[in-house]
Amino acid sequence: MRTVYLPADLNEFWEYRTRCPQALLYAGGTDLLVKMRAGKIAADNLICIERISELQQVTEEADSIRLGAGTSLARLLNHPLLAEHFPVLIKALRTLGSPLIRQMGTIGGNIANASPAGDTLPALYVLSAELELRTASSRRTIPIGEFIKCPGVTNLRPEEIITAVILKKQPDYNISHFEKVGLRKALACSIVSLAAVLELSPEGTIGKVRLAWGSVGPTIVTSPACVDLLTNKKITLELLKAAAGQIRRELSPIDDVRSGADYRREVAGNLLLRLADYIP
Amino acid sequence: MKITFMLNGTKKEIDTAADRRVVDVLREDLGLTGTKEGCGNGECGACTILVGDEPRLSCLMLAAQLEGTDITTVEGLSKDGAVHPLQQAFIRSGAVQCGFCTPGMLMTAFALLKKNPRPDRDAIREALSGNLCRCTGYQKIVDAVETAALSLSGKENP
Repeated sequence: MRTVYLPADLNEFWEYRTRCPQALLYAGGTDLLVKMRAGKIAADNLICIERISELQQVTEEADSIRLGAGTSLARLLNHPLLAEHFPVLIKALRTLGSPLIRQMGTIGGNIANASPAGDTLPALYVLSAELELRTASSRRTIPIGEFIKCPGVTNLRPEEIITAVILKKQPDYNISHFEKVGLRKALACSIVSLAAVLELSPEGTIGKVRLAWGSVGPTIVTSPACVDLLTNKKITLELLKAAAGQIRRELSPIDDVRSGADYRREVAGNLLLRLADYIP
Repeated sequence: MKITFMLNGTKKEIDTAADRRVVDVLREDLGLTGTKEGCGNGECGACTILVGDEPRLSCLMLAAQLEGTDITTVEGLSKDGAVHPLQQAFIRSGAVQCGFCTPGMLMTAFALLKKNPRPDRDAIREALSGNLCRCTGYQKIVDAVETAALSLSGKENP
């Protein structure tokens, strides 16, 4: 029989954490409780952070938006600030789980779970998200690309929690694209996904571009070579095919219950071809 | 651990292990077997209940989280022995075959209609996308929610 702490605010949270440093954290429990039930994780005690409102604030600064790590995915999906500034994240959230999962799951949880199939992650990578990590007495930030090491493993120190995701406003990117391939339209773990943000001129010249693939590596995959291929070029199907070939050469995805490696490799390239939809 | 919460409009006080799942507390301790467990992993929606106005998966909620909440289960939809118009619509539309998904479908649909009294079929499908049905092929479930929305809109509380 485990103790389940339910702190009402951050102060109470840190008290419980000090009292019980081994207790595992959960908000919605859509990953942790599932893993515990499957016997993959053992926990003697739990701390549920769903009631800590300090972790659920979405606030706007002059040049960035700060998302509390405990904010539910459903709230973020419907948030006007995200719709205005970060449509790529909205597009990703639409594909995540189901309305019920989004009601309970949080952005901090999706990051901390560090699944290569985490649907918010490719979007957060192309947005160059920074994470705020806190202990009771310290604070640091880290780019998301340096935070996740491999499936389920992050650079979170034992006393730390993720408190916020910080997204810099980047109005130059006028094209936001996200596509996820899964066995169903909802409640499907991604087989391959692609997030892309582009600065595209009216004549179709790509200025800046950022790309991130999900479910084709131990964590989110980016490709400086693909970005080089596309930067400062006119967007054409031929250009996208060249980039598709490039990413296919770079990838070594895995075979698993959802898909084979060859299919993942093929589709990872094909997803780039979808950017042809944006050719003016 | 002592836990106090509102259940279908009545105050409830229970004493149970903090880490028991809400779906088990409802079914085993409180005898409310309307809420079903289909997968235990949040992937089917059969265990859907309302916490406040929001539908949530009771297989992924622990008893400790019940404290101070306002819970509605499918048993709470009917009043004074009369089924809710939403339930009536499900029956009339042929949206119930084995019935196992039905409580979860009803709770999600109920929450939807509170937020959006006139959803179109796409909005209904989207809202129900976390509730799986192996029998009906979903068409009649969508019909039922659409019909219920029409008959409920214009009334104060769905």
